[in-house]
Amino acid sequence: MSIMTEEQARAILTKVVGMSKADECTAQLTGSIDGNVRFALNNVSTSGIVSNTELGVQVAYGKRVGTATINQFDDASLERVVRRAEDLAKLAPENPEFVPAVPKQTYRPSDTFSAATAAITPEYRAKVAADSIGACKSEKLVAAGFLQDGQSFVAFANSNGNFGYQRGTQLDYTCTVRTEDGRGSGWVGRNLQDSAAFSAGTDVRTGMRKAAASADARALEPGKYTVILEPAAAAGLIGFMMYFFGAREADEGRSFLSKKGGGNKLGEQVYDPRVNLYADPWAAGAAVMPWDGDGLPRERMDIIKDGKVANLNYTRYWAQKQGKKAVGTPGNLLMTGGTKSTADLIRGTEKGILVTRTWYIRMVDPQTVLLTGLTRDGTFYIENGQIKYPVKNFRFNESPVIMLNNIDELGKPVRVKGDEADFVMMLPPMKLRDFTFTSLSDAV
Amino acid sequence: MLRREFLTASGLALGGGLLPGLMGRAIAAEELQSTMDVALKKRLADAALNAAKSGGSSYCDVRVGRYLRQFVVTREANVENVVNTESTGVGIRVIADGAWGFAATNELTPEAVAAAARQATAIAKANAKTQTAPVRLAPTPGVGEVSWRTPIVKNAMAVPIKDKVDLLLGVNAAALGAGANFVNSILFIVNEQKYFASTDGSYIDQDVHRIWAPLTVTAIDKASGKFRTREGLSAPMGLGFEYLDGNAKDKFTSPNGVVNYGMSYDMREDAIAAAKQARAKLTAPSVKPGRYDLVLDPSHTWLTIHESVGHPLELDRVLGYEANYAGTSFATLDKQKARFPYGSDKVTITADKVERGTLGAVGYDDEGVKTKKWPLIQDGKLVDYQAIRDQAHILGKAASDGCCYADNWASVQFQRMANVSLQPGKAKQSVADMIGGVENGIYIIGDGSFSIDQQRYNAQFGGQLFYEIKNGKITQQIEDVAYQIRTPEFWNACVGVCDASDFRYGGSFFDGKGQPSQSSAVSHGSSTARFNGINVINTARSLG
Repeated sequence: MSIMTEEQARAILTKVVGMSKADECTAQLTGSIDGNVRFALNNVSTSGIVSNTELGVQVAYGKRVGTATINQFDDASLERVVRRAEDLAKLAPENPEFVPAVPKQTYRPSDTFSAATAAITPEYRAKVAADSIGACKSEKLVAAGFLQDGQSFVAFANSNGNFGYQRGTQLDYTCTVRTEDGRGSGWVGRNLQDSAAFSAGTDVRTGMRKAAASADARALEPGKYTVILEPAAAAGLIGFMMYFFGAREADEGRSFLSKKGGGNKLGEQVYDPRVNLYADPWAAGAAVMPWDGDGLPRERMDIIKDGKVANLNYTRYWAQKQGKKAVGTPGNLLMTGGTKSTADLIRGTEKGILVTRTWYIRMVDPQTVLLTGLTRDGTFYIENGQIKYPVKNFRFNESPVIMLNNIDELGKPVRVKGDEADFVMMLPPMKLRDFTFTSLSDAV
Repeated sequence: MLRREFLTASGLALGGGLLPGLMGRAIAAEELQSTMDVALKKRLADAALNAAKSGGSSYCDVRVGRYLRQFVVTREANVENVVNTESTGVGIRVIADGAWGFAATNELTPEAVAAAARQATAIAKANAKTQTAPVRLAPTPGVGEVSWRTPIVKNAMAVPIKDKVDLLLGVNAAALGAGANFVNSILFIVNEQKYFASTDGSYIDQDVHRIWAPLTVTAIDKASGKFRTREGLSAPMGLGFEYLDGNAKDKFTSPNGVVNYGMSYDMREDAIAAAKQARAKLTAPSVKPGRYDLVLDPSHTWLTIHESVGHPLELDRVLGYEANYAGTSFATLDKQKARFPYGSDKVTITADKVERGTLGAVGYDDEGVKTKKWPLIQDGKLVDYQAIRDQAHILGKAASDGCCYADNWASVQFQRMANVSLQPGKAKQSVADMIGGVENGIYIIGDGSFSIDQQRYNAQFGGQLFYEIKNGKITQQIEDVAYQIRTPEFWNACVGVCDASDFRYGGSFFDGKGQPSQSSAVSHGSSTARFNGINVINTARSLG
């Protein structure tokens, strides 16, 4: 029952919405089957499958809101969860920022489901681990990795007659490869919707190559360098910045997108004119649900257009207050670039540093989105178009806003996932000037 | 790594969307005060133990868990959300053919629990086929039927929502009245009702309580576009609602009048101070980068201890099991044998799961081991790690350290950080005495930004409040301070720790580790401590 059909979901949701005596009612069903396998020190350490289905009910009496959830779907349980939400709503204080449930919408489906990913078996996961471990063992390397795959559905309905249903799949593989003596470390990550394009035995070679090549790293002086950030390295910084695109915070004067004297920087040139970031629920290879968390339809939306801030995230309350049209908040982040691969960018670099991956990125100053973090698992010095030698990891203190004003060249975007970001990204490898490294790390 | 999850917790409330799946089942407030019948828990546990044994498992433990949370989220004069959640179920772990197996169910019937025990046994037997070395479990004595409860005075779950809302809105009004432009305040209450049973003969019923009352005050200078925040100086604690009584005896006033808190917190007073200090930040001079002697308040130091001592001394990291996510450790096993000089002789750091009021305190850990306190760094020398039952033999230990934890009934328990604390100095020394001896320094209060590499060498920390020290005197509030360290050099630069009268805890609800990731709550205590010649950078930038 973890993955319901549209008919099953509609039957339950219709019943639930019909049971509510509140002024309005929204019900949402979510279900998922997630599988994983974890390995370390060239051994499988854990593997498992987690299934879950849950019904959430939110009701409102005037501006008083109550929410309750349950994972049983017999009539008595449905009745219980509705009454519980109603009881909570009656006790809740009024929320002055309450916005009624969305009216009936039309959603254009997006391609979020892959039958191949949904069909992954425990044997498939065991093989991913075995392929990763086997390849590493044969070259005296040590693998530690994690594969997580899953299929899910989401369905919702409300008392305004709105309804949505769609299924999705995802696969995320990461593998850290270390030399036996611990002097070299490499990494590879693949984030996909369709497992057909994934081969652990092939992908792990990237991590193995970087592990072997990163031993005997030399120390360079910290300072400002031309860097090539691989897409996974850029994801940590750019993904972080997107949490601060809220219109309300900008309007309230507490964001890097606030303007001196009041107001926000919508329409202003904040980045290099080559920076184009947009969201598109139907993007090939990076599709997301065609609605946001409130049930508003997502649209193809420019976020940064030719370096100018093209859109900010408005909550429905803030849009109403500011007289703006509320649109679905983005579910993915897509950046345009060129046609070159990371290897092509290296070939065109006279002097620079290649960064495989960034790590433990945290905000230092929200005024400028100054972030700190470190390089990890493959940092190399480039000279005359070639990787010359591995270098010790650096700590950086850099703002993605400044970084995206220092672009030399952008490569071809690929799908990546940040360590801590919860949205799909397509980012290019990027060659950047004057990236600020502030200290050296002895970590391998 | 310490998660950014708290952003998510409050952000989700701000979004006002539906919550299923995120934090368990949403329930009515009155259900937060109930507990499950112990006899039912024992029946379920026995069903699992019997099924595991008859299925061929050599060891089995069962955790019947009910995990309750309450969030009250406010900003300015508004209550943004009140959420109560519950998650109940049974997790069963077995050893069969020398390998671990785990299964969990949310069905609370003997039949379902027995079926899960058989599934765990089957998984263990399958895992055994590829296992290179069988699990070696350090012995732990069965303790029969026992119980333990966090020694709380007032159960926070029993305090009416209205009282909590009134408290937070009063705090917000006070901050706004004192010059804040914006204020967010939150109450976050946790109750873990955990029943543990094992084939060793233990039936342990525990009722664990935690509370956290974070606040953020924002001050804005519209003309310049500058904004600054000051976070509250409270700590998440293993206490009841009495933590919010604001007892005068638990206040620690610094030589320049900043009030810090120990076992009791005055949220309203702190909000007023936060508003004034956030406003002062807008005009405070920017730090000149260079080497300074740092005087670190316990409200700050906890996070430095957490990242640079607590994590590198987790044995699973040292061995390489966390290489793909949280990372490994520079503090390798050979360093323990060599009594590696981790810090100066002023640095003695202990691990514990027993100290009253801490987030880690429990009677028994999640594999039934009685908890204790033990040294990690003794007079500056590395002497030990944090290990659980299947790791103890690696260190030649006869028993587990008792620091095994699972964040939910459906999660597998594994080694997690105990409370790791810097012991107070033996000689009498006050904060005023310590600052009086500093020629060119910075006094840092509260935790700020934090980041450390995957082997725990290179770290950078910010703070909430920074004060310049010149010739033994605090001169002015400054801004844009962060310090960078190399772990062993930093702890070897420790030249003094104030005495026990200054000892306080900080901590986190959100220490993340493992894949799939689990959260754990942990406290870190210290007295104010001095570190000489630390590299301070200036974090101010211009976006043009």
